[in-house]
Amino acid sequence: MNHVLDYYNYWIVVFLMMSGFYIVISANNLVKKIVGLNIFQTSVFMLYISMGKVSGGTAPIVVEGVTQYSNPLPHVLILTAIVVGVATTAVGLSLIVRIKRAYGTVEENEFENKDDAI
Amino acid sequence: MLEQHLAVLPILLPLMAAPIVLILGRNALSWGLAILVSGLACFVAWQLLAATLSDGVIRYAVGGWAPPWGIEMRIDTANAFVLLAVTAISTFVLLYSKESIKKEMDESQHGLFYTAYLLCLAGLSGILITGDAFNLFVFLEISSLATYTLVSLARDRRCLTATFRYLVMGTIGATFILIGVGMLYMKTGTLNMLDLAERIHAYDSSRTINTGLAFIMVGVSIKLALFPLHAWLPAAYTHAPSAVTAFLASTATKVAVYVMIRFIFTVFGAEHVFEDMSMDWILMVLAIVAIFKCSYMATVQSNVKTVLAYSSVAQIGYMVLGISLVSATGLMASLIHIFNHALMKGALFMAVGAVFYRMGSVDIKAFRGLGRLMPWTMAAFTLAGLSIIGVPLTVGFVSKWYLVTAALEQNHWVVAGLVLAGSLLAVVYIGRVLEAAYFQQPDEGQADVKEVPLTMLIPMWLLVLANVYFGVDTSLTSEAAKHASDLLFQNSDAISALMDSLHGPTAQAVSETSGLTGEVLQ
Amino acid sequence: MAEFIDLVLLAMLAITALRIIFLKDLFAVVMLFGIYSFLSALIFVSLDAVDVAFTEASVGAGISTVLMLGTLALTGRTEKENQHSSLLPLVVVVVTGAALIYGTLDMPPFGAADNPIHEHVAPRYIEESPKEVGLPNMVTSVLASYRGFDTMGETVVVFSAAIGVLSLLGVRRRKENESAESGLMEHRVLHVIAKLVIPMIILFALYVQFHGDFGPGGGFQAGVIAAAAFILYSLVFGLPRAFAVVSPTVLRYLAAFGVLLYAGVGVVSMLKGGHFLDYNVLAANPISGQHYGIIIIELGVGITVFAVMLSIFYAFGSQAERSDIK
Repeated sequence: MNHVLDYYNYWIVVFLMMSGFYIVISANNLVKKIVGLNIFQTSVFMLYISMGKVSGGTAPIVVEGVTQYSNPLPHVLILTAIVVGVATTAVGLSLIVRIKRAYGTVEENEFENKDDAI
Repeated sequence: MLEQHLAVLPILLPLMAAPIVLILGRNALSWGLAILVSGLACFVAWQLLAATLSDGVIRYAVGGWAPPWGIEMRIDTANAFVLLAVTAISTFVLLYSKESIKKEMDESQHGLFYTAYLLCLAGLSGILITGDAFNLFVFLEISSLATYTLVSLARDRRCLTATFRYLVMGTIGATFILIGVGMLYMKTGTLNMLDLAERIHAYDSSRTINTGLAFIMVGVSIKLALFPLHAWLPAAYTHAPSAVTAFLASTATKVAVYVMIRFIFTVFGAEHVFEDMSMDWILMVLAIVAIFKCSYMATVQSNVKTVLAYSSVAQIGYMVLGISLVSATGLMASLIHIFNHALMKGALFMAVGAVFYRMGSVDIKAFRGLGRLMPWTMAAFTLAGLSIIGVPLTVGFVSKWYLVTAALEQNHWVVAGLVLAGSLLAVVYIGRVLEAAYFQQPDEGQADVKEVPLTMLIPMWLLVLANVYFGVDTSLTSEAAKHASDLLFQNSDAISALMDSLHGPTAQAVSETSGLTGEVLQ
Repeated sequence: MAEFIDLVLLAMLAITALRIIFLKDLFAVVMLFGIYSFLSALIFVSLDAVDVAFTEASVGAGISTVLMLGTLALTGRTEKENQHSSLLPLVVVVVTGAALIYGTLDMPPFGAADNPIHEHVAPRYIEESPKEVGLPNMVTSVLASYRGFDTMGETVVVFSAAIGVLSLLGVRRRKENESAESGLMEHRVLHVIAKLVIPMIILFALYVQFHGDFGPGGGFQAGVIAAAAFILYSLVFGLPRAFAVVSPTVLRYLAAFGVLLYAGVGVVSMLKGGHFLDYNVLAANPISGQHYGIIIIELGVGITVFAVMLSIFYAFGSQAERSDIK
């Protein structure tokens, strides 16, 4: 039981990652793919932040009387990763808008049919 | 005073030039500044390579904080060599692009092209120079985003879907790398590559670390387009603007190959990756399939850019094959092929871009009779094509030579034979184009096609001549590649030795010779 | 108790993710994604990552959701039926998931204070950074000083995104004779509230920018919040008015300026004899140098993020002006 309690956090995060991953690779609609990509990435962030938590600790901002702090390094890494994620999302969504204008559809099977196969 | 900061200049120069170019806009100043910056970066890379060959590893602590608390740049012969190739190609392609993009992009986009190009150069340089695993991820994303922008600048609407697919696959790859680095961090507490190496080896075998390795390898394989994760490449290279394809085909995937080499040899150690995890067989099989399947695919395409795109995936197969042989010669073959392939493919894509400039199409039908109408361009294509095939006196021959030697050293006769067989397929797909150019008549109404402007011809021919020069006089490239691969193998052995003698005096001596400095040892 | 909250939040996240997989109405999918993002932010708070929660809420639930909605307005609200089989994706996902679970089996236990990552590298950040850098917020110390190079890379990533969006969409200027009906001017309540709220938001953004040394906050969050204020203004008062207040050209210059400011601090450090981005040499007293360096680079980050986020919104918003919103 103790073993499970140690890891439940990680396992649910793995489940969330795989849900996002599944949406990315199986969705036909491009917007949904981007949503899936975001879910995938956000879940990876949870993995990093989970590893930084110290039981009984608090946020890594120096406060009088507190001695136990959670680890600030994963926080820094994820701050960067979040921004990278939104940058990719913005570019991806712009591509979708252009694809809609050029093809009239954002369903993958529909515009694949409109092009010659490569 | 500037000498001590050489390590960070290749990143800093393009990185600061990019916003300036955005402000300058689309005039000739942008192009001039971009070439100046790229040329300077190339010069710095040259200095860095010379310094690593004579003095050893260069380490630069950004922010003044010593690693692993701060981020360090770590340059040894391997990354200096690849950096030289990247910056040189970048400069040549910039020279070429001034005319080339006039026919392929609206004028209002030219300023953004140069900005994105410089960002891509900064990103690729950052990946090569950094010694910190998470910093590598950040620069990987900079270069990736810039690449997506560059590919999508073409007028053909298919570049949009190609870019989107590239974006999705590329981001999955980057996220896998992030997961892998996270797992390594979880078990070691550090992100600095040398520090990671030392701490990983304190574990005999750990599921988390092995899974981290697997995820990093898969993520990097997507980026370097290793079969079967190469699906994004043919469409992206075919539909991107010609100058973009010339730049990316020579640099982006090669940098990813470097990342694979760096993680395998410097962070994890060859012994662990290949013996404990049997990655040598997996990589070898995938590489061979890549060489054959993709060389075959190249022979049946009607669009010449697609032919060259599949050829690129096959050539990457050669590079990975060299890695999978797990020997200093094999690694040397890979490194030398990284450099040589950049020269070959850069020239080939420039030639094809020149054809597009005049003919408006790169279907093989458009090549008919061009041997007479565009003699310089087709001669360049021929020479570079011979290089891909591996004819003696070209760099392609040099790469194949080292690869076959490395295979024979390990008594992999079959592999050596397969490498040579791959060249036969190259004869077919290059030969088809040459046949159309030299032995067929041009279509009606094409008689007034002439050669391309000098700013496109000169960089093309400089690369072609480099192909021949480095094929005849291999001293620079083979010395650098040999030095790099020896160093990488020494690192690898030193790491295994460190595991045995972690606190003894021998550890100090071992680290000195292989370039790891005492700071890494606690 | 904390573990129980965690468990509940994670369960809610799992349900949300599952629902998204099967929904065909993309508007609902995007809204659920916004909820997912907020729930993640809550989990981050319960895991003591307050800066991260702040950023996730503003960027994930804020900007990403807005952009997705903007895209949906142009591409359509419903997903069509999926033609191909989901077997291969399912297999890939199961294999990857199994590999990950395998990897978790000898992970350090959740929350233990003696995990490897708490023993190496981090202790110096926790114990020494208040003395070496002089800031209470350790995350800001690490972000802006120890790992300042990463943050510069991050700023460049944001800048690259702007370049990408600008090259793909551009900002369509309204032609002279097109109707000037825009925004939500008929809605009196929105009009009045917006006028009251927007200055507050801008003030809050400035507070977050400069208080990031002492509490959660910093350049990124501040930039996004400030952009949100102007996005609200554009929504209520119309894009043409917004263009008149902050023009797209100015935003381009600001975005470039922010990046140059950041890199410029590094160059000044080099000129003063230190390494790139070494703040200790910026002033006679190293701690003051750290403070100057951090304030200026955070400002650079804030300016670039604000300019880029607003530019991206302008690009999306100007693609299709709809004057028929009632």
